[in-house]
Amino acid sequence: MLHLLVFSVFGLVCVAGAVNLLVQRHPINSALSLVVVMGSLAVEYLLLGAEFVAAVQVIVYAGAIMVLFVFVIMLLNAGEEDRTKGSRVAMLFGIPGVVIGSVLVAWVLVGHSGTGNVAVGALPGPPKVIGWLLFHDFLLPFEVTSVLVLIAIMGAVVLASHPGSVQQTSAQADKREG
Amino acid sequence: MAILLTAVAYTVWLERKVVGHIQNRWGPTRVGPFGLLQPLADGVKFIFKEDLIPPHVFKPLYIAAPMIALIFALTSISVIPIGNWITVFGIHTPLEITDVNIGLLIVLGITSLGVYGVALAGWSSNSKYSLLGGLRASAQMVSYEISLGLSLVGVLILAGSFSLRDIVDAQGGTFWGFIPRWNIFQGQIVAFFIYLMAAYAETNRVPFDLPEAETELVAGYHTEYSAMKFAMFFMAEYANMITVACLATLLFLGGWHGPHRFGPPFVQAILPVFWFVVKVFAFLFLYIWVRGTLPRFRYDQLMAFGWKFLLPLAIANLVITALIVALRA
Amino acid sequence: MVPLSYYLVLSGILFACGVTGFLIKRNIITIFMSIELMLNGVNLSFVAFAAQWHALSGQVFVFFVMVVAAAESAVGLAIIIAVYRTRETLNVDRVNLLKL
Repeated sequence: MLHLLVFSVFGLVCVAGAVNLLVQRHPINSALSLVVVMGSLAVEYLLLGAEFVAAVQVIVYAGAIMVLFVFVIMLLNAGEEDRTKGSRVAMLFGIPGVVIGSVLVAWVLVGHSGTGNVAVGALPGPPKVIGWLLFHDFLLPFEVTSVLVLIAIMGAVVLASHPGSVQQTSAQADKREG
Repeated sequence: MAILLTAVAYTVWLERKVVGHIQNRWGPTRVGPFGLLQPLADGVKFIFKEDLIPPHVFKPLYIAAPMIALIFALTSISVIPIGNWITVFGIHTPLEITDVNIGLLIVLGITSLGVYGVALAGWSSNSKYSLLGGLRASAQMVSYEISLGLSLVGVLILAGSFSLRDIVDAQGGTFWGFIPRWNIFQGQIVAFFIYLMAAYAETNRVPFDLPEAETELVAGYHTEYSAMKFAMFFMAEYANMITVACLATLLFLGGWHGPHRFGPPFVQAILPVFWFVVKVFAFLFLYIWVRGTLPRFRYDQLMAFGWKFLLPLAIANLVITALIVALRA
Repeated sequence: MVPLSYYLVLSGILFACGVTGFLIKRNIITIFMSIELMLNGVNLSFVAFAAQWHALSGQVFVFFVMVVAAAESAVGLAIIIAVYRTRETLNVDRVNLLKL
């Protein structure tokens, strides 16, 4: 009973945050509602017993990726959105379409009660076991994602640097050596 | 919570006295003996000061930002154990609010979320000094978080668990009868150094306090704040300092373990707490000592230090610790 | 005891909100955030199924999704900054010419 209550409360917070993201016109408000969504999702993960995933969600997703988003919004001084013709058309067709689609999916899912129940903390995911899996069964994806992150770092530094500054530093290096 | 707030207030007093003495002056002496009631006077001043809200700020975030900073700073203390299990009136209780399997990760997570208070304060104040100060402060905090986390992984490898209580229990006992088996003596001296540097940067203290220094950028991200909201930022900073000091004590200095137990059973029960407080106090003294002594880093020197020196050092420390533990087993 | 379908419905709602945001919003940063919302919804269904079938690989896969999301948002935001520098606007409807 308590499980259902906590799940519903945080589920409602998630949905409210997601809808708020759509409704708000200033990107900083959307970013903050997304942080709220991620926080309540972390609680949902805790309910399912995935404690390490919940902690990583807070540290990485809400604490680093969203900080990056907030940074860029502050840096670019993004203002409020303006409505254009394209966005009005999209709203006219998109919102009813998505709502109908999701109601259909939800109806099918809830109707088929053959998927069963999930208890609180159903699958405890202590860091030790997850670490074991990461380094034994999932070693190749782990190494590949580290290469991916390295490439992303290099790409982000090159793309976001001021135009010409990367050539400048390499020209300086050439001057120093030659 | 009351204990923490009082501790914050007296840390401010301690800081003003110590920095005063380092700078060859007395520090607060007028209010009460040795200026001990000074925090009380400061609190009264903050409450009575006029609480201005400049007209050009973005009100919801302006009011929320210091509260966010303070809430996260005070919450992270809840997973920190301060003493051994004691039996109070027949109830066997651990001395902390809760003992979680992933206690260390929770503290790290809350530290990551504390960046929002600073960033949003800088942004909502709608003034160029605040924005720049806020951006710089949050960039600095995010960069040093990585080295902070990596320096702790060495400790985790030695202890084998994320729970703070387990990490302290792994440091009981002594080498050769008199050198305590603290993590700092078990080879984590480099990690302790990295943690110290990263902690100074995370809590925005000298020598890394460029974003909020009074002589740079007016006052950085809290330029536009007055009275109670400024006091909240202030309290959040000192509460962060105390949390970091507690964490350092638990992870590197052996937590509540001390020399042999002595005295009647009542004293024996309180003794671990006493050792814990002594160690936290020593760490805070180190913090304040550095503040009174060192000049501050320029911002690009600060970022270069974090990324080009501290991060490779932390990774090297992790690799070497892992290697030694794997070879020993 | 919460039925698994409730978790899946929540995940579906989050995903649907993400898709809606992607379609109707015109600010490119908000579109990016809708993508992150979609990824979060998918993460929730991963963890829910892992809990039901007692397979920890579901939780491990969530890591990979998070890592990929981090890498993608870093590069994407860098691209946004580069676009902003040349086009001076964050509205996707105005970034519609290949050459200025």
